[in-house]
Amino acid sequence: MERIVIIGNGISGVTAARHIRKNSDKKITIISAETDYFFSRTALMYVYMGHMKFEHTQPYENWFWKKNRIELKKAFVTHIDTETKTLHFKTNETLVYDKLVIATGSKPNKFGWPGQDLDGVLGMYHKQDLEQLEILAPNNKVCKRAVIVGGGLIGIELAEMLRTRDIPVTFLVRETSFWNGVLPKGESSMINEHILSHHIDLRLNTNLKEIISDENGRVKSIIIEETGEEIPCDVVGLTAGVTPNIDFLKSSSIETDKGVLVNRFLETNIKDVYAIGDCAQQHEAIGNRRPVEAVWYTGRMMGEVLAQTICGNKMPYNPGHWFNSAKFLDIEYQTYGWVFSERDKSENEQHFHWRHPSENICLTIAFQKDTKLFLGINTFGIRLRHEIFDRWLTKKQDMTHVMTYLKDANFDPEFYKTFESDIVNAYNIEFGTQIHPKKKSWKRIFSKA
Amino acid sequence: MKAIKYIGLVIFLIGLSIFTALPLLGTFKLESDTLNTIVKEKKIKSEVFIEDLNSNLVGKTYNGMQEVSPAVTKALNNANASHEKNKEWDKKIYTSPSDMAALIGKKSATGFIVNHKGLMWFLTFGLGIIGALMFILPNIILLGQKGIKNDGIYHKSATNRGWIAWIVFVYLIGFYLLLYFASEYATNWTFLLDPLSNALSGNPAGHWFVYGFMYCTVMTVMAVRMYIKYRHNIYQMFRTTSVLFFQIVFAFLIPEIMVRLQMPYYDFKNAFPLDYDFFFQWNLKDLINSGGIGLFILFWGTMLTLIVVPVMVYFFGKRWYCSWVCGCGGLAETLGDPYRQHSDKSLFAWRVERYLVHGVLVFVLVMTGMTLYSFFTESGTVLGLKVSTVQNIYSVIIGSIFAGVIGTGFYPIFGNRVWCRFGCPLAAYLGVVQRFKSRFRITTNGGQCISCGNCSTYCEQGIDVRAYAQKGENIIRASCVGCGVCSAVCPRGVLKLENGPEDGRINPTEILLGNDVNLMDLLNKK
Ligand SMILES: Cc1cc2nc3c(=O)[nH]c(=O)nc-3n(C[C@H](O)[C@H](O)[C@H](O)COP(=O)(O)OP(=O)(O)OC[C@H]3O[C@@H](n4cnc5c(N)ncnc54)[C@H](O)[C@@H]3O)c2cc1C
Ligand code: SF4
Repeated sequence: MERIVIIGNGISGVTAARHIRKNSDKKITIISAETDYFFSRTALMYVYMGHMKFEHTQPYENWFWKKNRIELKKAFVTHIDTETKTLHFKTNETLVYDKLVIATGSKPNKFGWPGQDLDGVLGMYHKQDLEQLEILAPNNKVCKRAVIVGGGLIGIELAEMLRTRDIPVTFLVRETSFWNGVLPKGESSMINEHILSHHIDLRLNTNLKEIISDENGRVKSIIIEETGEEIPCDVVGLTAGVTPNIDFLKSSSIETDKGVLVNRFLETNIKDVYAIGDCAQQHEAIGNRRPVEAVWYTGRMMGEVLAQTICGNKMPYNPGHWFNSAKFLDIEYQTYGWVFSERDKSENEQHFHWRHPSENICLTIAFQKDTKLFLGINTFGIRLRHEIFDRWLTKKQDMTHVMTYLKDANFDPEFYKTFESDIVNAYNIEFGTQIHPKKKSWKRIFSKA
Repeated sequence: MKAIKYIGLVIFLIGLSIFTALPLLGTFKLESDTLNTIVKEKKIKSEVFIEDLNSNLVGKTYNGMQEVSPAVTKALNNANASHEKNKEWDKKIYTSPSDMAALIGKKSATGFIVNHKGLMWFLTFGLGIIGALMFILPNIILLGQKGIKNDGIYHKSATNRGWIAWIVFVYLIGFYLLLYFASEYATNWTFLLDPLSNALSGNPAGHWFVYGFMYCTVMTVMAVRMYIKYRHNIYQMFRTTSVLFFQIVFAFLIPEIMVRLQMPYYDFKNAFPLDYDFFFQWNLKDLINSGGIGLFILFWGTMLTLIVVPVMVYFFGKRWYCSWVCGCGGLAETLGDPYRQHSDKSLFAWRVERYLVHGVLVFVLVMTGMTLYSFFTESGTVLGLKVSTVQNIYSVIIGSIFAGVIGTGFYPIFGNRVWCRFGCPLAAYLGVVQRFKSRFRITTNGGQCISCGNCSTYCEQGIDVRAYAQKGENIIRASCVGCGVCSAVCPRGVLKLENGPEDGRINPTEILLGNDVNLMDLLNKK
């Protein structure tokens, strides 16, 4: 029987395994050095905040793996010999595979800051980081201040986490406004305000120069590049993005760049070796996507597709319309299609922005200036129906259509106050149109055509 | 703000302590006049019993129910034993010792408590309410901005099965045991509510009145907590208001007022088979003998179960009852909300749930069938089984122990919907309708789920919501009471409770939205 070995028990590896099991009887082994069982990395923050216990982050009960004949092995792979198809473990054990899937995810970026390996400096990626944080920052007596370096999604999550234990947080963000490489101006500035309202000491336009150690090799303070200011702190969180976790491949003949290089079939340069999830890098970016896509959904999608290929139904990775979501402290964010920030926006991309006069609710819709073709939408504090936007993007609807039927797309809980009429009004005023929003229709929502 | 909270907590605990001590306090002195009235009212024919009380109880001062109750119990048991021996069936007393002690206690109490009902009310209920509100209201500020505030739930002893939770567990179980099986000890509590009971129904308060009043009070105070915690979530606000309204008006006030108007005591929203004794002989006779209103109740109660319930479930899901109207649900959603995360999400628990809850449904239906058969044929047995025995078993095991002692007592350890999930026959019935014929579903938003597990953790009914959401599948489960908390806690906006067309309600998916359309077509159409 063919033996499939998957390195990495994250969403991509586990999805691949589940789908291979659905479609075949192959022998499946998942290897991870991090945890015994698959857990949801995205939920790490909730464990620290006391919303959940770690066991709640595990999407499958422990009997699931045996029942589905998925063998789990806790070990660290140090070398892959692709000639003999053998994995070498840290313990000097070996394992022979017929097909190998590399799904080893990411690790936090470290940009060579002086002091980046001191005691008290940590990323927020692995379960071990969470355990470390629990030791370093159990409360605001042990951790009198934390500094977070890097204004991305994980950075703001870490800030939120620490604030739930009333730990003062200084948040260093290189950009002029929070996440404005991704978010358009209006949204980014709303999030700036929101971060400040949570009593987080947000420092925009600020880089880390170095981390200073005390006599015991522990973090004592950090120095800011621009001003030279020294900020005393007990914990430094490095959240300036992630990078594929593939150092252990250096000794193998598998071709890598930033990540493991793969073609559209997720095949590496070596036969029978594939890579998926955060650690995979496309030779050429697909559409507007980045060559390395470090998000949950793409890892899952790659796993779904690769399982087909491995089970004999060869399929390229051909993701549909982009979508994503996140939560900034109390504000939920969703996006469908592409809305580019001012930094990356093309000439022909125009934005319509609406913000609620008093609440933290806003949206931005991107469309083509000349044809009014709908390109994408960001919402904050409004939930949207994925299916509707997926359909509109596929059918290349224009702004008139989107505005007219916006009510179909609302996904807020029942009885919530909705703002589609205000939004359409604002649009009409700004663009001199006379669009009347149509009432929500179940028939349209469910029409597959 | 924190200080106010802690002062509130102390005040609450003082009120609670006095309340807890009351059953063992107070003086009782039975006068012979009073005994005569009781004998007349209860039509007691046992001179052995009367004799015994006259010589042992009358004129003496007893300190606390713990002295009265054994004396009464002994007298009653002795009397009954002697009548049984002499086959004097007409003299046997069928009132339970507990009820008899309660009756005697109620009529013979003297001293501080009976003479200061208002003050005592204030020192118990009053302090409890004030303290609890002082504990809860500062959260308006302490919780910070609008949004989901589950911070620290798994760090706190009270909400993480720590020692506080275990104390509450023992306390609640003790309270329910007393209420159901030793209600004479509630006598002192009844005095505190005599004024209110007199005003409503014209009768002095009994222990069920105490329970009803407490129920409403606890729900109201804890509803304030809900309003603050979910102030950003209109669905939760409406729902909380609705259960509160139905509890206070339908379950508490209307039945009392009906008694004042010489009508039967009836809660118009309490549907059979949750209201398991609706078709019991005594109730049917009672209703039939109460003229027009009795017949109307009989008609309404039957229609409620046969037509209103299923039709409403078709349109709105069982939530319209379980988390908008029902009293048990109401307590679970207010007092029980801090414990919702303790429901067991395992597949095993789901299996147990299905056997148990449908087992109880079958039990209640068979029992009711037997009851109706014996009502119309006027025979006390069906296939050799005594109907009254079956009824008693159900009343004690299901009606009291499961629904009350376990149902509420287990909140702090096993979650707030143990009864609703594992025991309630009405929920089982509604669930069958919801599963197979309803417009209600929890829609999963395409591919947006990140498997974080908040939804499953906070599902009070133990549904592994994530298991569906991460597959892009709508959640259609018999047990879902539509509390809406999964949707509230989801950080990615994945879940929405809604009523829509039946077509496409159940949507098994292999590949989630967002992936290759060809792949989705290929696999999802299979
Ligand atoms: C705090 C946080 C929040 C996030 N929130 C979101 C979000 O909201 N939305 C979103 O889309 N994405 C989010 N992400 C990103 C998302 O979690 C990742 O994209 C996803 O988990 C990647 O999955 P993966 O299967 O590729 O790899 P991983 O989940 O990283 O799994 C790889 C596994 O392989 C193991 N491994 C690596 N090397 C070896 C080796 N040599 N031997 C043995 N085992 C090895 C690792 O220890 C790890 O267990 C978040 C990430 C973090 C850290
Ligand atoms: S809370 Fe939302 S994102 Fe998290 S598992 Fe549930 S549905 Fe998925």
